[in-house]
Amino acid sequence: MATFLIRRLVNYLILILVATTGAYFLAATSLHPRANVAGRNPPPPVAVVDRQLTALNINDKTPVLDRYAIWVKGVAHGDFGRTWDNNSVNAEMGRRMGVSLRLLFVGTVLGSGFGVLVGAYSAIKQYRPSDHAITLVSFLVLSMPVFVLAVMLQIAAVKINKTVGHQVFQYSGETSAGLTGGFWTHLGDRLQHLVLPTLTIVLGQIAIFSRYQRNSMLDVLDSDFVRTALAKGLRRRAALLKHALRTALIPAATFFAYSFGLLLVGATFTEKIFGWHGMGEWLIDSILTNDINAVVAISCFTAVLVLIAGLLSDVAYAVLDPRVRST
Amino acid sequence: MLGSTGRVPAGTPVLEVSDLQVTFPGRETPDVRAVRGLSYTLAAGEVLGIVGESGSGKSVSSLAVMGLLPGTAVTTGSVRLGGQELLGLKDRELAQVRGKRISMVFQEPLSALTPVYTVGDQVAEAVRVHNRVTRQAASARAVELLDLVGIPYAATRAKAFPHEFSGGMRQRVMIAMAIANDPDVIICDEPTTALDVTIQAQILEVLQAAQRETGAGILMITHDLGVVAGLADRVLVMYAGRPVEVGSVDDVYYRPRMPYTMGLLGSIPRVDERGRSALVPIEGTPPSLAALPTGCPFHPRCPMAIDLCFTSEPALERVGGPSHAAACHLSGVIDDQDLGPVDVYPVPEIPAAAALRLPRPDRPHVLDVQGLVRHYPLLHGAVIKRQVGTVQAVDGVSFDIREGETLGLVGESGCGKTTTLLEILELKAPQQGRVVVLGRDTSGLTGQQRTALRRDVQVVFQDPMASLDPRLPVGDILAEPLRTHGTPKDQVWPRVHELLRLVGLQPEHASRYPQHFSGGQRQRVGIARALALEPRLIVLDEPVSALDVSIRAGVVNLLEELKTRLSLSYLFVAHDLSVVRHIADRVAVMYLGRIVEIGDVDQVYGAPAHPYTQALLSAVPVPDPRKERARRRILLQGDLPSPADPPSGCRFHTRCPRFAALDENARRPCLDLDPGLVPIAEDQQAACHYAEPLRVV
Repeated sequence: MATFLIRRLVNYLILILVATTGAYFLAATSLHPRANVAGRNPPPPVAVVDRQLTALNINDKTPVLDRYAIWVKGVAHGDFGRTWDNNSVNAEMGRRMGVSLRLLFVGTVLGSGFGVLVGAYSAIKQYRPSDHAITLVSFLVLSMPVFVLAVMLQIAAVKINKTVGHQVFQYSGETSAGLTGGFWTHLGDRLQHLVLPTLTIVLGQIAIFSRYQRNSMLDVLDSDFVRTALAKGLRRRAALLKHALRTALIPAATFFAYSFGLLLVGATFTEKIFGWHGMGEWLIDSILTNDINAVVAISCFTAVLVLIAGLLSDVAYAVLDPRVRST
Repeated sequence: MLGSTGRVPAGTPVLEVSDLQVTFPGRETPDVRAVRGLSYTLAAGEVLGIVGESGSGKSVSSLAVMGLLPGTAVTTGSVRLGGQELLGLKDRELAQVRGKRISMVFQEPLSALTPVYTVGDQVAEAVRVHNRVTRQAASARAVELLDLVGIPYAATRAKAFPHEFSGGMRQRVMIAMAIANDPDVIICDEPTTALDVTIQAQILEVLQAAQRETGAGILMITHDLGVVAGLADRVLVMYAGRPVEVGSVDDVYYRPRMPYTMGLLGSIPRVDERGRSALVPIEGTPPSLAALPTGCPFHPRCPMAIDLCFTSEPALERVGGPSHAAACHLSGVIDDQDLGPVDVYPVPEIPAAAALRLPRPDRPHVLDVQGLVRHYPLLHGAVIKRQVGTVQAVDGVSFDIREGETLGLVGESGCGKTTTLLEILELKAPQQGRVVVLGRDTSGLTGQQRTALRRDVQVVFQDPMASLDPRLPVGDILAEPLRTHGTPKDQVWPRVHELLRLVGLQPEHASRYPQHFSGGQRQRVGIARALALEPRLIVLDEPVSALDVSIRAGVVNLLEELKTRLSLSYLFVAHDLSVVRHIADRVAVMYLGRIVEIGDVDQVYGAPAHPYTQALLSAVPVPDPRKERARRRILLQGDLPSPADPPSGCRFHTRCPRFAALDENARRPCLDLDPGLVPIAEDQQAACHYAEPLRVV
């Protein structure tokens, strides 16, 4: 098992190297930071611009291979360079990772947990009204773009706030500016801000996870070992939970692991709409501002997430399925 | 015993089923009436065999007793376990009964255990569901139970997962679970059908031991009349969802009073009889449960049917002995005249093959295989594969088939018989050895010559559904080989019609698709396809093992008739030794990639010299209760060793009963020397250092 994981790890590291290099060349050749200052009036002197761009290692007059060499040297020392407005990419990334994590951790855990349960329940009640209802709602959520869902939630929140006459839901940012009070006040405030974006994420996750789980659950519901469990004297619910659901988690594990990993940069719309300055938002912003170093850093970060997700899925598979462990 | 409920005295009724009816309502289709009025009583310590073909309702009725049918099934009637009505119980109440007072062993041991829990945990779970015991106590009890059902090193093996067990071992685990709470009734649903014959013998022994241990009544559901002959006290025969005959084993086997039972008994080939006379097939196929014929459901297939049979369904009525009953309008007539299967069913006449009249050495070779070897590399690793071993699937096999004869190649799963067959069909140079087909060495063939030779060597596969393209009408399936080998256009369709007639089908069938045919008819199409190019050698890979007993006889007879009429030669690969005895002229027994015994079929069956052949033959149940009760089986220990790591010396020594009886010195050759085939009789060779003929059937 250990050697298997190490071999996988090496494979993934090579993958990251290739992906990041690819991303670097793509970003360095297609993004033009020079254009950011082109419209200024009066136009800054070319020499000044050149100097600044060279200092940031994003000058298109330097051959791309040279820039890449400098960039690699920096990365080797753990430095992803500077953003186009001369801030540290590392610092920015650290801050934004924190924001995304705070936003998405609760969302994914709740989303996948409820997704599994809803899917399993739906499978057990196949073709009954409750199964049809779950199917209908999840397809409704799946077919709705995230921003529509988010905005609808915001509208609903405003209505509720008005009816109650009190700010129950906050729909912008992580915290209220200028809030005074102790730890509990701050925590409460943060939770108030968290509800809506979390709900946006959770609903989407439940919708998609429940579909997967329903299918894999249906595959095992009629299997002989569930019948054996019943014949032993287990009650139906115990047989379904302990034998059917446990086995049905195996095929879904891979999918779950990848969703966990990739969600961290995939919540662009949610972050944008609710004003959370996380990784997803940064990706869009840095492309818009032709910020080569930031784009590459985010790409590298995504690749690392894929690695973690891959390892996670391998481990999950091995933990869940003894047939894999022995080989 | 833990959680013992106190043993019910033998002979007291423990399970009473009366007028059980199971219907699966159809939405747009008619309802499927799977069980239509089944009643029986099972006493403690008794074995009741329920016999029937697929679709007879035997499995559905047992699931109904356990309350394990899907929610859509409508069950009526009464199932009383020790006086308690089970039908209509709630999930919670049923759960208290299931596994404790009534338990079940299923057919498919490979899928009946949850793959993600250890075997020990799964047995312990059966203990813990019904008893307030600690985890440790339950685990200890699980090990005890696993030991009881004959799992070696039970304490260690309890920590293994189901996929690390062989089929036979998994079935033992199932039995361990079934007896965990000392039940009053154990229902066994085809418990040995998926197993090899030597493993089947082991499992039947374990079941008998389990019964001694628990004193339970056993309901033994099977399609194999041999399995219940020696085991059961009473037998109930089901047809189209109803019991058609019930009685003591001796009554039903020796004095059947219902034509269907007679047909079943007459249609099975016997391993203990020199069978050159044709089998007695039952015409037609079992009816669809959604569209039963009027009157007696058996009348369309019954040779005795009278007008009454077309209009009224007979009730199960006493005939002959006190506990003997049959559902037949004519059972009185049958009883008065004491008719047997041969009186009721016309026996087809099959002439002997002309070629067989010549002595064997004078007939030319059709197939000559010398020292055939097929090894597979055992690979490990996902991206970079490296070889970690060699699976010796076939390791030096030699035999020949002469014109007009049938060689049966028998052995258990994993012995290499199918690999041998595939290697021959390749018509290419084998890894080692030589394959000569119709006088042509396959190693020197050009592509064109190989295609030409293919005309002469055809194959019939085991699964008649999977081997026919479902999207082609049968006529096109038969026309395909003709077109491929350049038959003129105007001759293709006449030939297709001729082929259909030849295998007992109608020319009109040419426009139908495979799914419109029954299993037996599909296999006839498969045979017709093999015959299309007028081959001289047909390789048959388990051609009848997927078919129901009553259908099987007809296909076996057809194969024999075709062989004679078209002077064919057969290589007949099968695990069913009874069918092979019936159809083959010579037989080769394979074990772990080698032939251990070969020779004339009556010689080998009558006086097998290799201990493996003896064990194999003694394991085959015979549908003859007296004989079966008197038989003593040679039980083999354990499972087949891995062909990747065969034992030293004689490959059979790890399981050999004769080796076990030898002293240290006498064992030497078995451990060190690989025995070759040596002549035992005129046409009989065996590969054993201590070969000694022994009559076992």
